[in-house]
Amino acid sequence: MAVPDVELHQDLRSAVGELCRRFPDNYWRDLDRKEAYPDEFVQTLTEAGYLAALIPEQYGGSGLGITEAAIILEEVNRSGGNSAACHAQMYIMGTLLRHGSEAQKRAYLPRIASGELRLQAFGVTEPTTGTDTTQLQTMAVRNGDLYVVNGQKVWISRAEYSDLMLLIARTTPREEVAKKTDGLSVFLVDLRTAVGNGVTIRPLRAMMNHATTEVFFDNLEVPAENRIGEEGRGFRYLLDGLNAERILIAAECVGDGRWFIERAVKYANERVVFNRPIGKNQGVQFPIARAHVNVEAADLMRARAAELFDGGQPCGAEANMAKLLAADASWEAANVALQTFGGFGFAEDYDIERKFRETRLYQVAPISTNLILSYIAEHVLGLPRSF
Amino acid sequence: MKTAVCIKQVVTRDWPLRPAESATWVRDDDASFEMNEPDAYALEEALRLKERHGGEVVVCSAGPARISQVIREALARGADRAIHVESDALSAAGADAVAAALAAAMQDESFDLVLTGLQSDDQGFGQTGVVLAERLGLPHATIIMEVDIAADGAGLRVKRELESGWFQWVAMPLPALLTIQSGINQLRYATLRGIMAAKRKEIRTVPLDGVASQGQRILELYVPEKTSATRFIDGSAPEAARELVRLLREEARVL
Repeated sequence: MAVPDVELHQDLRSAVGELCRRFPDNYWRDLDRKEAYPDEFVQTLTEAGYLAALIPEQYGGSGLGITEAAIILEEVNRSGGNSAACHAQMYIMGTLLRHGSEAQKRAYLPRIASGELRLQAFGVTEPTTGTDTTQLQTMAVRNGDLYVVNGQKVWISRAEYSDLMLLIARTTPREEVAKKTDGLSVFLVDLRTAVGNGVTIRPLRAMMNHATTEVFFDNLEVPAENRIGEEGRGFRYLLDGLNAERILIAAECVGDGRWFIERAVKYANERVVFNRPIGKNQGVQFPIARAHVNVEAADLMRARAAELFDGGQPCGAEANMAKLLAADASWEAANVALQTFGGFGFAEDYDIERKFRETRLYQVAPISTNLILSYIAEHVLGLPRSF
Repeated sequence: MKTAVCIKQVVTRDWPLRPAESATWVRDDDASFEMNEPDAYALEEALRLKERHGGEVVVCSAGPARISQVIREALARGADRAIHVESDALSAAGADAVAAALAAAMQDESFDLVLTGLQSDDQGFGQTGVVLAERLGLPHATIIMEVDIAADGAGLRVKRELESGWFQWVAMPLPALLTIQSGINQLRYATLRGIMAAKRKEIRTVPLDGVASQGQRILELYVPEKTSATRFIDGSAPEAARELVRLLREEARVL
């Protein structure tokens, strides 16, 4: 297994931290109030090349591993920002990289690496099918050199801020395939031309500023050359991108957790009540200490999963465990920070409530905690399938 | 044009400062460090001059092994190579010792221009650049706000910041040394490509020649004691007012 490049990791943390300092708390707070997309931040991070970390050098990226990509996103969240605005630009291209043709890779990857093209929307979830992906209803019917797509997706993040969307749709009806995981295919949809010509995007207002949407397909014509990989094998392509996503989300949670703890410690040291800093009370400091312990423990599992991933080893169990542990730890840290800040934690100006809402998402998305537990129970421990 | 930029690694701004046991420096064994801010502006100015006039930017720094962090950062931002005078004896050294160490390592490079930050965020003496100029036998100008190199490369005009919003333009020959004021330009970010490229750039490590200069050293460092005392000034109002002004001026030194 490769020796971790400690210097590179230190340099990445320091450089991303420096960049993020130019987007302070009030930048994110104002966007949150307006439910606006962090255009300037995303543009800056893109131009500096950080979102192209995972793209191989031959296609214009830096060819780094998931360990380094995770450090970048962790530092964004640790600074008080929110990687969710752009993390998908890092990893959605993985499907294209692993399963696309050489022509597709050459056509798209260098422009994704430079930021000229944003590929940060993934059309999977539908109103009637959540994690039970094989039940999805959106159909893509072959018609000569085209596929004609009809259906609906929901909770599609960043669709309004993406040039391309990766779309999974059924190309063979479920009744006609032996296995329900067969018959699904993956397409690259060019949203720049599709919107208004078969695609309608409707923003969904949510608990936090997440630029999420509903996407409707009405006889959308997708050139057959935009299908990625073989027809009918899309579900497998979807699965093999999930570990990367789990590890990166875990890293963001670790970043959130560290941010909450840093803020809570500072406040507990400074806030004087009854003539002493509130941090002197064990009732205040112990929960912060415990949350810190849990964030650091989750970070170890994240590091282990990333190490396996970068070494080309199976890491499904570790990636899922890292995501669960990190999401739980950041949520615990969020609660502790809110409790430490007391009433002020609820005031927008302190940013605790904003980050509290943001980190809560990771109990639910991109996979809910229960689904991770059922995966561990069934696939790691050999218990009967529970659903 | 061959430009040197001298940079220093300092404790990060938000690090809680506590005197070390020696009482001659702050406790920094577990501190986090960053590039001295005025030096970052000096580096940026050097990179901009290179973009306009071509040439090479060489980063020079003196200190223990840990300072390689800021050297790599400077390389990631675009400097071409680096010289690191490595010695633990320089970890909290004064301006004289640092300037002597840097001068010895830079002497044979024949730089056209040497830039330093105006002062360091930790000691704040503002002397390293000036002493270094003397040791290298270069003319210098301080508190520089703008650098304008003549088209023929023979000399330069620099804008100095004076008190009360006044500025001064000075014409100088090259080679020269300038100490750069913070905020004179917009700092660039280290890009991911820059970080990767920095891994292949040369960092020449040279040992400290002899012992660190002791021409100047810190004898004691302490946190000022906070006191609150009330004093009543007797006498008529005009007399008391005069006495109050005298005390504010001479004792409290706030006027």
